[in-house]
Amino acid sequence: MATEEFDGLDANGSLARKRLYGRIFVGVCFLSTLVGVVALALLLADVIYESWGWLSWEFLTYPPSRFAENYLPGGRGAGIYPALVGSIFLIVLTAVFTVFLGVGAAIYLEEYAADNRLTRFIEANIANLAGVPSIVYGLLGLAIFVRAAGLGSSLLAGSLTLTLLILPIVIVAAQEAIRAVPDSQRRAAYGVGATKWEVTRDVVLPSALPGIMTGTILSLSRAIGETAPILMVGAATSMFRPPYSLTGPFSAMPMQIFDWARLPQAEFQHVAAAGSVVLLTVLLLMNATAIAIRNRYDTR
Amino acid sequence: MSGADITYGEVSDRGTAIARVVFLACALVTVLTTFGIVLVLITGSIPFFREVSIVEFFTSTEWSPIIRPRSYGILPLLWGTMLIVVGSALVALPVGTLTAIYLSEYANRRLRRVLKPTLEILAGIPTIVYGFFAISFITPQIQRVFPETGTFNALSGAIVVGVMIIPMVSSLSEDAMSAVPDDLRNAGYGLGATKFEVSTRIVLPAAVSGILASYVLAISRAIGETMAVTLAAGMQPNITFNPLEEIQTMTAYMVEVGTGDVSVGSIGYQSLFAVGLTLFVMTLAMNLLSQYIRGRYREVYD
Repeated sequence: MATEEFDGLDANGSLARKRLYGRIFVGVCFLSTLVGVVALALLLADVIYESWGWLSWEFLTYPPSRFAENYLPGGRGAGIYPALVGSIFLIVLTAVFTVFLGVGAAIYLEEYAADNRLTRFIEANIANLAGVPSIVYGLLGLAIFVRAAGLGSSLLAGSLTLTLLILPIVIVAAQEAIRAVPDSQRRAAYGVGATKWEVTRDVVLPSALPGIMTGTILSLSRAIGETAPILMVGAATSMFRPPYSLTGPFSAMPMQIFDWARLPQAEFQHVAAAGSVVLLTVLLLMNATAIAIRNRYDTR
Repeated sequence: MSGADITYGEVSDRGTAIARVVFLACALVTVLTTFGIVLVLITGSIPFFREVSIVEFFTSTEWSPIIRPRSYGILPLLWGTMLIVVGSALVALPVGTLTAIYLSEYANRRLRRVLKPTLEILAGIPTIVYGFFAISFITPQIQRVFPETGTFNALSGAIVVGVMIIPMVSSLSEDAMSAVPDDLRNAGYGLGATKFEVSTRIVLPAAVSGILASYVLAISRAIGETMAVTLAAGMQPNITFNPLEEIQTMTAYMVEVGTGDVSVGSIGYQSLFAVGLTLFVMTLAMNLLSQYIRGRYREVYD
């Protein structure tokens, strides 16, 4: 920022030129912003266009098939049903584990932990975990849950792996929700003789719950779209029925879409597109729920 | 850490004592996860490195641990990953930075309220759907321009990963630019600077640490990106300068082993952990570098 570069006031000709540069620059910035918007529009348009005519009620209620024509309306019926149910089971289980662990960890860090080395280490560690590639979590799940714990390539192993993957995000979201609870409320409770645990249970948690739920649902919507971790854990590609036990095999929508997308026959590209539309719709519903909860309870 | 650090004497109540232990245990799960990752990757790699010397691993230019004749040089996979990283950075870093400047300095509030959530949606699309988008839309477009392009090619993968990490660069960079106080901008205007000069010569330099940190994080994300590059860029380890050829990244190799019938204990299975360890070390280094940049060069404004 040398001063000779700011010669705008005295040079008339250069001022006009600078205005022109300015306008070009704004234009370039605006066009760059549109790159992201246009890419999103193209992606959605492409997925919907490719799936057109292939998405039917049967697609949601039938198991996959080796023959592309079975997926077409009027065919024998084939679709994403086992993977759809598998994904829902996977997410419900993951939700149970992450809510317990994530909220517990966040309460500890916000309400109980002293500002010491251990706490700083835990927080730095959470920040680093959030940057570990999801496929590495898949290796962890493969070695610990599938092999060492003997769970096999099961629904339980898959959901535990996804739990570890989204735990850092859930903790950070829950911490923010807990931090937003006004101190005056805690003080009032202490003032009438509540213990710390009672304050946590009866004041902090109820007040932070909507924020925690919003953050958790948003994290779960990331988990439901993850392919790499459950692939390493050994999610099945061609399951013909939904998972029937915690320790049994499972499929999930992203895994099924991957399986379709890499088939060489061109027809299966449409099937993969139809699967993507179903996955995106589930994601949309989850995000809408999260936003609805936030708007309903956001009184600040 | 708590806001209300009320010392309510040393009242010993059981509920609080139990709660503290349970909640601490929850927090320690994250620490165990880190130890678990390091332990699994190292113990999983040891049998591999008993068979293969580290020198061969990092210098041999052939990667074929499953199919004979076997060879164990990770360079082709590193090269594939690097092609994706460079290509996606060429897309995402300029576009993301200019987007951030537009959102932070130029866009009015109404426009920003539309644009920011749109970019957030982009960040929330599953990577498998990006992969599908790459093979069904991006690759055919590339083939229209360069007919010799293969079904799988590095360029398509790089473009789609680039699009994927735009929101990361733009949102973190915008945060950094928005944190620059208006006093600095007004001082610039007072000296007769135009808005263009204020944006590029005052805001940009003042926010440089946050912007660079976002670059490093985005690159780390590109290194670890798996499904989109597997679908778009292919499964063929290849050291090439031609982005229209099929390549294989470290992550795509892990997918290949993960979906194949490689028996536990075989060298193919062990190689999974050696590649995973390399990937983990690289992304960890990038994440730590990003934190260092943010802390080291941060200007603190009050």
